[in-house]
Amino acid sequence: MDLSLIVVAVVVTALVFDFTNGFHDTANAMATSIATKAMSPKVAVTVAGALNLVGAFLSVEVARTISSGLVDETRISPVVIFAGLVGAIMWNLLTWLLGLPSSSSHALFGGLIGATLVAAGTGAVQFGAVFTKVVLPAVISPILAGVIAMLATYLAYRTTARADDGTVKKGFKAGQILSASMVALAHGTNDAQKTMGVITLTLITAGALPTGSGPPFWVIFSAGLAIALGTYIGGWRIIRTLGKRVSEIETPQGFAAETSAATIILASSHLGFALSTTQVATGAIFGAGAGKRAAGVQWGVAGRMALAWIVTLPAAAAVGAVAAWVASRGTAGTIVVAVVAIALAAGIYAASRRNPVTADNVNDVPSPAPVPAGAPA
Amino acid sequence: MKIDWASLGTVALVSLAVSVAVVALVSFALVGLSARARANAVGGPDDGAPPPMNPALGTAVSGVCLLAVAAIVVYGLYVIVA
Repeated sequence: MDLSLIVVAVVVTALVFDFTNGFHDTANAMATSIATKAMSPKVAVTVAGALNLVGAFLSVEVARTISSGLVDETRISPVVIFAGLVGAIMWNLLTWLLGLPSSSSHALFGGLIGATLVAAGTGAVQFGAVFTKVVLPAVISPILAGVIAMLATYLAYRTTARADDGTVKKGFKAGQILSASMVALAHGTNDAQKTMGVITLTLITAGALPTGSGPPFWVIFSAGLAIALGTYIGGWRIIRTLGKRVSEIETPQGFAAETSAATIILASSHLGFALSTTQVATGAIFGAGAGKRAAGVQWGVAGRMALAWIVTLPAAAAVGAVAAWVASRGTAGTIVVAVVAIALAAGIYAASRRNPVTADNVNDVPSPAPVPAGAPA
Repeated sequence: MKIDWASLGTVALVSLAVSVAVVALVSFALVGLSARARANAVGGPDDGAPPPMNPALGTAVSGVCLLAVAAIVVYGLYVIVA
């Protein structure tokens, strides 16, 4: 039947989104560790992937609450979720091609909002919740993380200024392995959950699961596996941007950035003010760069990222809206959306092959990369 | 529209305190361990300054600092799991 086809489509699309979420966010945990050579690129992505998988099993709290708030879930159908996911995946792939660390959550929310607008009208989107849960955290996350990482970096350099150079370098390198692992684990407990929540919600709306049930084991396992595989593949373009293009990162800065990011992510997800992992990690790296020497930070890169962040939600919403409009024409429409999405994804992948960034060349950046001053804004 | 300033403030303060504490403790630990490295250095360039502290004391200080960090990390893991 149509219903089961669309449910299968949603599950597959959700897992694909989870996969893109994984490689998009490898950089959050590992960019600075790879840049300072605290871990080799291969080891770093393996550790991050494994910890994401472990994290997926540790808690399903986020998955249980994912459906509450942004859109009126009684008025959305599997088709809407499918279209929203397509929008999110497209935006994730595009920003990856450009090497920009945009928030996968924002892409997901954007896609869902756009699809809901088309399918159920403006009444089904709770714009107040969009502001408090998405826009405000997006502004606050990078600033808070930046300030904290900057203070921590400054402190680290001041404290160890007269200490033995070799000891300090080695010590912070060891610390980085731990702090990066904490970020990866925290990421696993957060981000894989979103996909689990989406799949569970779909199964509930399709009547395959009773209302209010938690994610079944196969959902937890496949979501954890998808994000872990994505993380292991590694979004090398974004890792290069965060590790090498923001500022020259040394081990004390890497440690301070990752420690701040891990702390803020954990504190925010457990004290009830959800912040975006990507924006926290990015802000922390800028802060760590500025904590040593503000002039050493490529602020032009920050401008481009800020622009990408502002555009993320509306852009994913636009794709989600178009996809929802086409997909709601029936089974044929859904198939058209899927085929077009696969074609676009293949095109983006082909474009990335023209200038591949891999584990082997991720750190090869002609230092001070000339950045056009002032992003087009 | 209700913005939960209280929990935002809590997140900011807790994050700041814990991040700074962890980074400071690790930095102190490394300063302590440096005393050891300098004591072991034989025939290195000596700037005439005495080592900041005696090697045994340095090791002890770094041990205490790293234990405190370990406690914070374990608590962080507990927060993730619970």
